[in-house]
Amino acid sequence: MALSPDESGRLADLLSEHADGLVVHWAELVGNGLQGRMSRPELERQTRDLQKGFQQAFAAGARDLTDEEAGELRAQLGELSSNRARQGFSANETAISVFALKDAVLGVIGDTSDAQTLRDFVAFSGFIDRAALFTFDSYVRVREALIADQAEQLLELSTPVVKLWEGVVAVPLVGTLDSARAQVVMERLLQTLVDTGSPYAIIDITGVPAVDTQVAQHILKTVVAARLMGADCIISGIRPQIAQTIVALGIEFGDIATKSSLADALRYVLGKNSYKVVTSKRTEH
Amino acid sequence: MERVPVLKIGDILLVSIQIDMEDQVALQLQEDLAEKIVTTGCHGVIIDISALDIVDSFVGRTLATIASVSRVLDAETVVVGMRPAVAITLVELGLSLPGIRTALNVELGIEMLARSRGEVWQDDEDEGDPAAVPAS
Amino acid sequence: MNEESRLIPVATDQDVVRVRQLVRTVSVEAKLSLVDQTKLVTAASELARNTLVYGGGGTVEVARVRNEIRAGVRIVFADQGPGIADLDLALTDGYTTGGGLGLGLSGARRLVDEFAIDTAPGEGTTITITKWCR
Ligand SMILES: Nc1ncnc2c1ncn2[C@@H]1O[C@H](COP(=O)(O)OP(=O)(O)O)[C@@H](O)[C@H]1O
Ligand SMILES: [Mg+2]
Repeated sequence: MALSPDESGRLADLLSEHADGLVVHWAELVGNGLQGRMSRPELERQTRDLQKGFQQAFAAGARDLTDEEAGELRAQLGELSSNRARQGFSANETAISVFALKDAVLGVIGDTSDAQTLRDFVAFSGFIDRAALFTFDSYVRVREALIADQAEQLLELSTPVVKLWEGVVAVPLVGTLDSARAQVVMERLLQTLVDTGSPYAIIDITGVPAVDTQVAQHILKTVVAARLMGADCIISGIRPQIAQTIVALGIEFGDIATKSSLADALRYVLGKNSYKVVTSKRTEH
Repeated sequence: MERVPVLKIGDILLVSIQIDMEDQVALQLQEDLAEKIVTTGCHGVIIDISALDIVDSFVGRTLATIASVSRVLDAETVVVGMRPAVAITLVELGLSLPGIRTALNVELGIEMLARSRGEVWQDDEDEGDPAAVPAS
Repeated sequence: MNEESRLIPVATDQDVVRVRQLVRTVSVEAKLSLVDQTKLVTAASELARNTLVYGGGGTVEVARVRNEIRAGVRIVFADQGPGIADLDLALTDGYTTGGGLGLGLSGARRLVDEFAIDTAPGEGTTITITKWCR
């Protein structure tokens, strides 16, 4: 429920009249909740800024948090939650920073039976609730973005594309391949082909315990895409179980070269290219 | 209407497509190339598409036609420089460009043409032996 | 929940190029990944060409959209042409009445997340496609 113009006017007066006392009390309440994980002066500075934000919004005639007059306040709340989220505070601890203003105001109103003051407080309380919800919401959004970023970084870390030889790159895949990861790896592989001008790529799946249809399709499509770009892919290290899956799923690997190990694959590529391969004496069987 | 320039470098015609071609421009290129192959007597064509941020079925078909026409005129065509995102998209679109030879970049394209014209390279002496794996 | 949309009339080859450029710009604004941008621009190129060649010209409208979870780009291709009598046939890989590759409709459908056609003989054709951010 929105405030009446009179109410927001009176609240602006109240906040400015008791500014100093409010800030001290408010900062104390928040500080207790954060258990010393933020320095007192820092906390007081933040709290003072917020107090000003609320006061100015009311003074400008804001009757609800969504009003244009409250734009500055919303930006402040958004920044607060974004900072708290990045510093690793919980959603609760972040929302308290706003909720505590209620208690602080109650403290300055003191014991009263004045009907108007009570009505003002109820209206004010509703406004604070919406501000806290808004803070909570921005907090969650920032956390989600952070998590997505981290997931992406993990993905990059877990999928190296290495240059194995002049003209040959390899992707040793380790661990479970889900569709998202398969897609990222394959895009990186293709880009590496361009960047290094390598016409051969070895996709080694020795370390992959299982594949599903989607992942097998991704690998297949990558091989076709590489071919369109002018590069050849060799798949090495297919486990018996994966071979069974591929056949059972009816996926056509067609004329794609498969080799049992990365070494075999490399030897095959070098042979195709008629490079001179110097090997220590070994016996074929 | 813009026109895609065709350059003659030695025995090769080099086409570097730098613009988002209207369909008419692509058709014009197809004609220009056939003409140039005959007048220059070149035996190789390299089409560099590294600047293209998409290839749709019309451009794809034009490239395929260019390759076929060139072959009839005794010239080999290599399409080079296709971007990864373009290749991934073409696979999904269902265009596999059969009959078109491709290479990652101009240099590799030139090598490919040289090899297919039988100009054996210095360090390729053991061309006849397909497997470099020593037989024990 | 559309944000403002942009409309391009499609009457010439050049307009098809303009459609591609606009779709690219909007896809970048909507933060689609590079591969998704490429897929959407390619689909748009196919469908805008159909609007021109088979629909006798029409319009293309591009807008950023957002639902509860994601942002994306929506494109509407509309013409007052002859319409498509046998939709299943037209959506078959390789089917063409104009000497094309017959991959425009079927391929475009694979390249996007949502694909809807509204058409009837003599009633023109309207195709709506959407690509969402991952
Ligand atoms: N806007 C349209 N109006 C009428 N017919 C259409 C339209 N778009 C596509 N078609 C029909 O569907 C067929 C398949 O289209 P498409 O898959 O784009 O292949 P292509 O353009 O190579 O013919 C066209 O040949 C045409 O008969
Ligand atoms: Mg078409």
